[in-house]
Amino acid sequence: MDSPKPLAGLLDGARKVAQAIATPLVPADYLDLLDPMRSGADLRGRIVSITPETADAATVTIRPGRGWAGHRPGQYIRIGIDVDGVRHWRAYSLTHRSDSGDGLISITTKAIPDGKVSNQLVRATAPGTLVMLDQATGDFTLPQTLPARALFLTAGSGITPVIGMLRNHLDDLPDVAHIHCAPTEADVIFRDELRGYAAASRLTLHENHDDVAGIFNLASLDELVPDWREREVWVCGPTGLLDAAEAHWESAGLADQLHVERFRPSVVEPGEGGTVTFERTGITLEADGGTPILDAGEAAGVLMPSGCRMGICFGCVVTMREGAVRDLRTGDITTGEDGEDVRIQTCISAAAGRCDIDL
Amino acid sequence: MTLAPERTRPTPANSRLSVTSAEPRPQRPEFKKSGRPNPAAHLTPEQIEEIGRELDVIRAEVMDSRGAGDAAYIRRVIKTQRYLEMGSRAALLFSGVKYKGVRPMWWLGTAGLSVAKILENMEIGHNVMHGQWDWMRDPKIHSTAWEWDHASPASQWKHSHNEIHHMFTNVLGRDNDLGYGILRVDQDQRWSLFYLFQPVWHVANALLFEYSIAAYDLELGGYLAKKKRMSEEDKAKFHQDAQLTLAKIKAQMTKDYVVHPALSAATFTGSPRHTFTANVVANLVRNVWSNTVIICGHFPPGIETFEKTSIEGETRGEWYLRQMLGSGNIHGSKAMHLMTGNLSHQIEHHLFPDMPSNRYSQIAPKIRDLMERNDLKYVSGSLAKQVGGVYWKVVELSLPPKREGTTRRATILRAAKKALGGKGGQGRRY
Repeated sequence: MDSPKPLAGLLDGARKVAQAIATPLVPADYLDLLDPMRSGADLRGRIVSITPETADAATVTIRPGRGWAGHRPGQYIRIGIDVDGVRHWRAYSLTHRSDSGDGLISITTKAIPDGKVSNQLVRATAPGTLVMLDQATGDFTLPQTLPARALFLTAGSGITPVIGMLRNHLDDLPDVAHIHCAPTEADVIFRDELRGYAAASRLTLHENHDDVAGIFNLASLDELVPDWREREVWVCGPTGLLDAAEAHWESAGLADQLHVERFRPSVVEPGEGGTVTFERTGITLEADGGTPILDAGEAAGVLMPSGCRMGICFGCVVTMREGAVRDLRTGDITTGEDGEDVRIQTCISAAAGRCDIDL
Repeated sequence: MTLAPERTRPTPANSRLSVTSAEPRPQRPEFKKSGRPNPAAHLTPEQIEEIGRELDVIRAEVMDSRGAGDAAYIRRVIKTQRYLEMGSRAALLFSGVKYKGVRPMWWLGTAGLSVAKILENMEIGHNVMHGQWDWMRDPKIHSTAWEWDHASPASQWKHSHNEIHHMFTNVLGRDNDLGYGILRVDQDQRWSLFYLFQPVWHVANALLFEYSIAAYDLELGGYLAKKKRMSEEDKAKFHQDAQLTLAKIKAQMTKDYVVHPALSAATFTGSPRHTFTANVVANLVRNVWSNTVIICGHFPPGIETFEKTSIEGETRGEWYLRQMLGSGNIHGSKAMHLMTGNLSHQIEHHLFPDMPSNRYSQIAPKIRDLMERNDLKYVSGSLAKQVGGVYWKVVELSLPPKREGTTRRATILRAAKKALGGKGGQGRRY
């Protein structure tokens, strides 16, 4: 009767045949060889170009796979990129114009000391590299009804979500004040572009060069942007700036006008022992630096998968959502950032800091 | 993989985690209980500890230098294997085409598919499931995610292979890989009448290798023998595992023997019958080849076995020592190493089962040097030599050992009478 039904049946049949042909793999494993960017595939992207912005920052332009669902300016994506053969995931704000029509997206990243991924992106990645992507996410965005008066307060690479908003919405924002902080003039990412906007009177710009003027003091707002209390404000930068801004707007009774984007610290600092959380079991314990997480978990009554208990069989492998562990045989440290989901062998791994285990 | 039962006391840490021991380790006896000389009797516990440290250093050097080149290697092998399989399958769509009395597409497709299946099982499947590539953090090329082109489900294979075999390598009574429960491959294995026919078992095992491995990983033999004494819980676990194995076998057989032949029927020149035979041959070639490689790992002459009691409180150094003495290599070309999944470097693989296989050839000279410096025999030979040695053993050890005061013939006859005893032989009283 219904015409979709036989069609659905046919598609389902074709799917089953494809699965029967591909087993023990799945059809996608073969299709990925032919077209890794096709719609329906895990979202990937191919790097088109890498353009330096400052001495240690660059804009990476990416052609996303056909499954890319678009974004709202201010949102970020997670990128999975192989560094020395090991996949790492990091979040970056999207900075491109969404109406350019070329289908490309871009992020801007600043190489931080010991930052594996940022250094790889800024200094060692070649155009043509395939990366893994997640869909855009985040609520550090402009509202549907744009504010009559806006203030952007950014520091360092905290400019990145805001430049995305400016590039896409500056014409629709009648009154914009922007304060940007960077160590020196040369460190200001998008300096020429920002100054161009200011020169065209599309926004008022104040640059705070910390090495000359000292760390930006929120008390100077009264002088720089006298009407700051009447402005909707977006703040992005290091934790210190965000904490100070929250306190400042809180004490002015204007906390609901404030939007902040918190970057998580991207270098996990390993230590000796730590708090291990078994997320699904709901058990948290303190483990010392010499006890395998397997033993610690079992002693606390967690149902742990196990095997040889000497590091060779991989029967105890579980997902560490975030944290740092030390290999008891070699002393090697493995760290996983939030969302990286590193799989670890619990029988030879001791806590080396906070560990969140997916058990 | 097992789930720990609820317990109040933590299991003591495995002594094999460290090359040192809290308690002093005993000197090894000069002879094994069987009377054969102990190959490591000349080493003091301190020397074994030093060997352990040296091996830890060799391991660390390689593991610390894993990088983009290694990742590119395994991705290249996987890509090549998948294109080879797709190409071979495509060729077999025209398996019926005849040219001057031969079917070129059948030959091409069958050869390609055989190689693809071997690559998938050996260099890719076996090694990925060992966790050799887990460090890349690629969720698709990972020990927890890989399923292979084989009758045995990955989860069961990982338990019996990675855990039992690699932990208890060549320990009589603990490592069932030693003859797979159907072969007597070491003098110290007790002879029984069953082994008299082992040349037959051996050939049948080689031909049906993927299915015997599946039965072995499922512990089918143990179930059949102990069924009556098994707890309900263990039986339920067995039935659950058996369902998994049967589902895997069904999927494998449907693919090779139903779907692909049927697709051939859909082309103008296709021949379902010839595509079917091509799949049978490819599976047989893979079975015989993988069996050939695997029997060279632990059964050739010169490789040692160990008693259960000898591994009590074993340190990491002592475990290393057992792996070195209990394994043997095959030497040959690069292509041969690839087709064996680098199990031709069995000694190196058993020392470091989670080291990427492309690195074994690099450490082999160091391992050989270390063993020779310590007067330990590094067993290695050409494929023909090693295989010949095992086949000879299979024949030789099918017979009972020579004992004083009796002949082998008498031992066999006595065993035969005893076996027939229940059915009207001498032992019957009425």
